[in-house]
Amino acid sequence: MKKTILLILSIFIWVYSYSQNDTQTNYGQVSGNFQSEAQYYITDSLIGAIAPIEKTLANSWANISYNLGNFSAGIRYEGYLNSILGYPNSGGKNDGVGFPHRWASFAVDKFEITLGNFYEQFGNGLVLRSYEEKMLGVDNSLDGFRIKYNLTNGVYLKGLLGKQRYYWEHGPGIVRGFDGEIQFNELIEKFAESSLRISLGGSFVSKFQKEESPIYNLPKNIAASAGRIDIRYNGFALNSEYAYKINDPSADNDYIYKNGQAFMVNASYSQKGLGVVLSTKWVDNMSFRSDRNASLTDLNINLLPELTRNHVYMLPAFYPYASQVKGEWGSKAEITYKIPKGSLLGGKYGTTIMLNYSRVHNIDKQAVNDSLPLDAPGTLGYKTSFFSIGEELYFQDANIEINKRWNKKLYSNFSYVNLIYNYNILRGTTGYENVNAHIAIADITYKFKPQLALKSEIQHMYTKQDEGSWAMALFEFTIPNWFFTVLDNWNYGNLNENHRPHYFNFGFGHISGGTRIQLTYGKTRAGVMCVGGVCRNVPASNGVSLSISSTF
Amino acid sequence: MKKIILIFSLVLFFSTVFSQVPSVMIKDIKGKSVNTKSITQNNGKPVLICFWATWCKPCIKEFNAINDEYDDWVDETGVKVIAISIDDARSSNSVGAFVNARGWEFPVYLDPNGDFKRAMNVGDIPHTFLLDKNGKVVWQHTSYLEGDEAKTFEMIKKVAKGQAIK
Repeated sequence: MKKTILLILSIFIWVYSYSQNDTQTNYGQVSGNFQSEAQYYITDSLIGAIAPIEKTLANSWANISYNLGNFSAGIRYEGYLNSILGYPNSGGKNDGVGFPHRWASFAVDKFEITLGNFYEQFGNGLVLRSYEEKMLGVDNSLDGFRIKYNLTNGVYLKGLLGKQRYYWEHGPGIVRGFDGEIQFNELIEKFAESSLRISLGGSFVSKFQKEESPIYNLPKNIAASAGRIDIRYNGFALNSEYAYKINDPSADNDYIYKNGQAFMVNASYSQKGLGVVLSTKWVDNMSFRSDRNASLTDLNINLLPELTRNHVYMLPAFYPYASQVKGEWGSKAEITYKIPKGSLLGGKYGTTIMLNYSRVHNIDKQAVNDSLPLDAPGTLGYKTSFFSIGEELYFQDANIEINKRWNKKLYSNFSYVNLIYNYNILRGTTGYENVNAHIAIADITYKFKPQLALKSEIQHMYTKQDEGSWAMALFEFTIPNWFFTVLDNWNYGNLNENHRPHYFNFGFGHISGGTRIQLTYGKTRAGVMCVGGVCRNVPASNGVSLSISSTF
Repeated sequence: MKKIILIFSLVLFFSTVFSQVPSVMIKDIKGKSVNTKSITQNNGKPVLICFWATWCKPCIKEFNAINDEYDDWVDETGVKVIAISIDDARSSNSVGAFVNARGWEFPVYLDPNGDFKRAMNVGDIPHTFLLDKNGKVVWQHTSYLEGDEAKTFEMIKKVAKGQAIK
């Protein structure tokens, strides 16, 4: 590690001294960011919050990058002293400090070469997506090298080779990948201005992992490939991708030898004031990790995106959907319409209405033969036909959102959400009923002065399952550069009458340019936290949290 | 510890120079690959880069506020606003319909794996950068509080007049 840092520093210094020779001095530029999330914990038996021995835990990281002309390089410092509760492997592999991420990159003509850690996505990510989501502790960056080559106008090629980051170490497998995309309107000059736009892409990814199993004869090299198409015509857009993976016995699929597939289609039409989106996807045994024994968010090579709506209001986010890599079918429809300004319902500013519906099922699985149960380890596992839909409901979400500005001072956003959540499948447990929740939200902002406003959010969730009904109220007062919040989330309908706690929170924050500081005191319910499409379990907590972020 | 001090002193040393927008390939909402260097050109007029996502409520509030005043902003300063969506594959394919339905006037680009976001060192969104006539980042702002667009427009006007921002 010391060597790496010394190397990067010497590059900085070398580039700096080299640039001194220019007639017009160019020092290059340094930029970066810093973020720290710290919490002081208090034990609270009422909500099941247990303070760790350290009492205070903090996750911090800082990126520093340097750029001069076609050359850039960077490092990231990360410190988990110790990891905040609920973070993957907290109290274990993740604790400590160091520089787990460093890279250098340069561009020459139509080439761009990156060495060290990098993130990459092929197409929609069905066969390869390395990315980071710091708030969830996901970082499956590749450490190796990547070449991007812009062969000619509209033809983009990428090749990469690397090992995946696994906390402070690397995963055991090697990932090799290639992706190509042709954008025909750029390639063929006479179609440059055509309203019909077509692009095609293809990816190939292979992972290598040594075989260590005393029981199974496991494949060491596993290939996956995908093809995609994107067509646009005026307001219409169609994007589709199909991925296929050869047999890949793993902890995720109970060591079955079945091939995997994933398929998705997104179609949309839009014009000013109207947007319609229809999507469907189908997944069959498509977990793909650089360690066949890994679990949770570790060492994923691909990411199968959800198509359900990503709710950000607190109560509907209690029951988030997460892709089921073993198999799922899902479809979505979304219509957004802006009632024009000046009409009766549109008012002076227009009113935006969004209707969204999604439904996800299992896929239809048939036994390989009469003598084998489904998913029996060491066998082909099951049979299915392409795009089969099973009987079991995993998730359904029907929601409507109406956004209206009444005048210069008053804004409102009203929502109604109905969720059906298959608790057993989505939480990996048994014995629970599906949750059927009805949620209503009124989000109203009143501006006393242009920069002095009060926002209130009243949310109510009615359900007879899980923890029962909740009511939540949030008030946020903002003045220039400062905000103050107070919220109470009350589990008034808990089926256990002796357990109906309030989760009270208050806090304030200051924002100045690219820097934000926030201090909060309060209680957080145990649940699932999701960012992007990935979720993690968060334990109940009570305490003071401090969040600082800055970009420079 | 010495290493950290060394690195931070280097940072302080270099950071007196304002940064340019890095060169990253992203896509427009028609699916065409574009370079961030070329989309942030605006013939010597200011450029405002806004990072956002369809699931980010404050971002949508900010864009609605900017959109209401966008014509005036352009008339007065010639500013070009560009919105960079960091929606991943879950929602990146529906960003075009999302934007069109809301009638936003400014161009929107897709950065589904956060390449441009990381190159600009953006943590949370919304995050806004203002570029001067030479394409240098002269001001930035994170989060959105009610009425922040007024401050942003003040900064744009200063930059359009060639005044320094302190």
